[in-house]
Amino acid sequence: METVNIKINGRDYAVESGITILEAARYAGIDIPTLCYLKEINEIGACRLCLVEVKGARGPVTACVYPVSEGMEITTNSPAIMKARKMNLQLLLSNHKKDCLSCVRSTTCELQKLCNEYDVDEHYFSGERTEHAVDDKSPIIRDNDKCILCRRCVAACQNMQEIGVIGANDRGFDTSIGSYFKKPLADTSCINCGQCIVACPVGALYERDDTAKVFAALADPEMHVAICTAPSVRAQIGECFGYEPGTDTEGKMIAAIKRLGFDGVYDMNLTADLTIMEEATEFLGRVKNGGVLPMITSCSPGWIKYCEHYFPEMTENLSTCKSPQQMFGATYKTYYAQKMGIDPKKIFFVSAIPCTAKKFEVGRPNQAAAGVPDVDVAITTRELARMIQKAGINFRALEDEKFDIPFSIGSGAGAIFGATGGVMEAALRTAAEVIEGKPLECVDFNEVRGTAGIKRATYKLGGKEIRVAVASGTANAKKLLTAVKNGEEKVDFIEIMACPGGCVNGGGQPYQPAVVRNNVDLRAKRASVLYTADKNMDIRKSHENSDVKRLYDEFFGEPNSHKAHEILHTSYVKRGL
Amino acid sequence: MKKKLTTVDFCGTKEQEEKLVAVIAELKDTKGAMMPILQKAQEIYGYLPVEVMRIIAAHTGKSLEEIFGIATFYSQFALNPKGKVSIAVCLGTACYVKGSGDIYNKVGEELGLVGGGTTSDGKFSLEATRCIGACGLAPVLTVNEQVYGRLTTADIKGILDQYR
Repeated sequence: METVNIKINGRDYAVESGITILEAARYAGIDIPTLCYLKEINEIGACRLCLVEVKGARGPVTACVYPVSEGMEITTNSPAIMKARKMNLQLLLSNHKKDCLSCVRSTTCELQKLCNEYDVDEHYFSGERTEHAVDDKSPIIRDNDKCILCRRCVAACQNMQEIGVIGANDRGFDTSIGSYFKKPLADTSCINCGQCIVACPVGALYERDDTAKVFAALADPEMHVAICTAPSVRAQIGECFGYEPGTDTEGKMIAAIKRLGFDGVYDMNLTADLTIMEEATEFLGRVKNGGVLPMITSCSPGWIKYCEHYFPEMTENLSTCKSPQQMFGATYKTYYAQKMGIDPKKIFFVSAIPCTAKKFEVGRPNQAAAGVPDVDVAITTRELARMIQKAGINFRALEDEKFDIPFSIGSGAGAIFGATGGVMEAALRTAAEVIEGKPLECVDFNEVRGTAGIKRATYKLGGKEIRVAVASGTANAKKLLTAVKNGEEKVDFIEIMACPGGCVNGGGQPYQPAVVRNNVDLRAKRASVLYTADKNMDIRKSHENSDVKRLYDEFFGEPNSHKAHEILHTSYVKRGL
Repeated sequence: MKKKLTTVDFCGTKEQEEKLVAVIAELKDTKGAMMPILQKAQEIYGYLPVEVMRIIAAHTGKSLEEIFGIATFYSQFALNPKGKVSIAVCLGTACYVKGSGDIYNKVGEELGLVGGGTTSDGKFSLEATRCIGACGLAPVLTVNEQVYGRLTTADIKGILDQYR
């Protein structure tokens, strides 16, 4: 490694040549404030918060884009620099809707934190302000009156996901972030992945808050209110209560939800297993009967909408399986309702998910097995945490509790659904045993693990080579599918998740400030919770889940049966652009 | 200034589309191709409606928003077609101090085009221009090629009526 010698605040450091002042300062133990900077996707020096002094330079420079060089002398905290940063914060506030007390981002807002640290006068400049209508027609809500034009959301949408439904429109004082011809997001090819929300430093972007509906249902004595939680929620919700990323808080989460008053708290890992039974069977059927291949997984509703918009000619490749969330609601309102003699109309089914696209999914056509929507409300990890906070439940102090029967068992295969490669691995565990007719020696399919954007592997199942590929993030999905479409790549089975890294990094997950996002491998850390859980489980294959077996014995018959098709499968729309 | 979205129906022809597609094919692999493509598109159609941006998006692989962002950033790009009766009010310094701001607003009120734009039947369009070199006649406006000078707001209705 080539190094350069620099001084930061009078102390000597030898740092890697070519890195920015921001990175060098971090090495020296100093976090220079930033608002617009997101490593690799938004390095534009726009917010002017990372100003530092460099000896010999004509004025302050932006640390996030300024490379270090031999002999450079940097001052990060001089009175002049602090004054300049404070002034820039006050300028940002001059055109900012300051309803901070009740803002959804209060206490997690990066602007608020800096304003507090820099002791700003929020009314220093009081002049003309731009005014915008709130776009609340889709699950992703944009309030441009709070936007600071840092363009982190644009970078997430354009550079990371390569979707690009939002960008900067008009110029100067009139500049605003929005969609083409000022259309609401709901009328664009937005896939509701929510990566813009977790990129936003302030409260300009947030998911539609459905918690009031859940509280209302819980208070209604006529309603039977049940909830299931996705694998990634337990792995991340702790972050909202001060735990380090990568802490498994399943037991406390269940205990907290039970205190909210639900009639049943269930494990979505179970319907992840059910999905595998259906999906692996569907795949083996397609291979055997010459069906459309490659088959592509259908658990990620962001990916589904992406496929419908950008690859409409490939919707036949999608597995017809509903997602685990929808399978749960559908099973609950048919099987469980019949078994317990509850009118499906009197069931209010909630799913807690790491995902904003699931809010869109609950309203999709052909997702109402019992004649009422399979799932009534989907709430994100953040919303669930807010409900727990609002109800005054002391999350950290709770003793661990367990999911309710008869939907309490999830296999290790179901657990890893939340990480990229997890659905593929779960499917392979089951498909391999079904084909080979004997237990696997090793259930770990390491080739499809890890946070790489695209992963490929070939496995020999029943004497036949099965080529699989896994992509996470729509930019990688685009790359892979384009190659498949052009015949450059031959694959039999593909797993795609819309969010980079999979659900653990979903758009509904707890906020982490840029300083964490830029310096901690959140995807790997969060996924490790799921792989550790999998490793420690007795049951690691979906088809060995006794709750799932019972569902087939008592109700569905066998995977892909007529009944299973009616209740657990769905259809897609060719949307185009 | 914020650009107004058009309410005029698109009436592009097959020939125009073929021309645009040929231009894109020629330019799309060069660096910074979007600016010249948009300029040529505006030459062909006279403005940049969503239908034209869709053609550009389909042939360049760029998102509609990326194209719209560029088109709204640069003042050279028009989102509205010029009307058959194209009115330009000079907001240059001399005209402005002589009250052309009021003239501009008055024309806007008369035509239902406050802040500029094109009537949805495509007949009238209104825009603000920089100095047109007729400062001696300030405040001035032009209707197509015809110049009207030393105006007061009271003159506007009479001028417009000649073209209605």
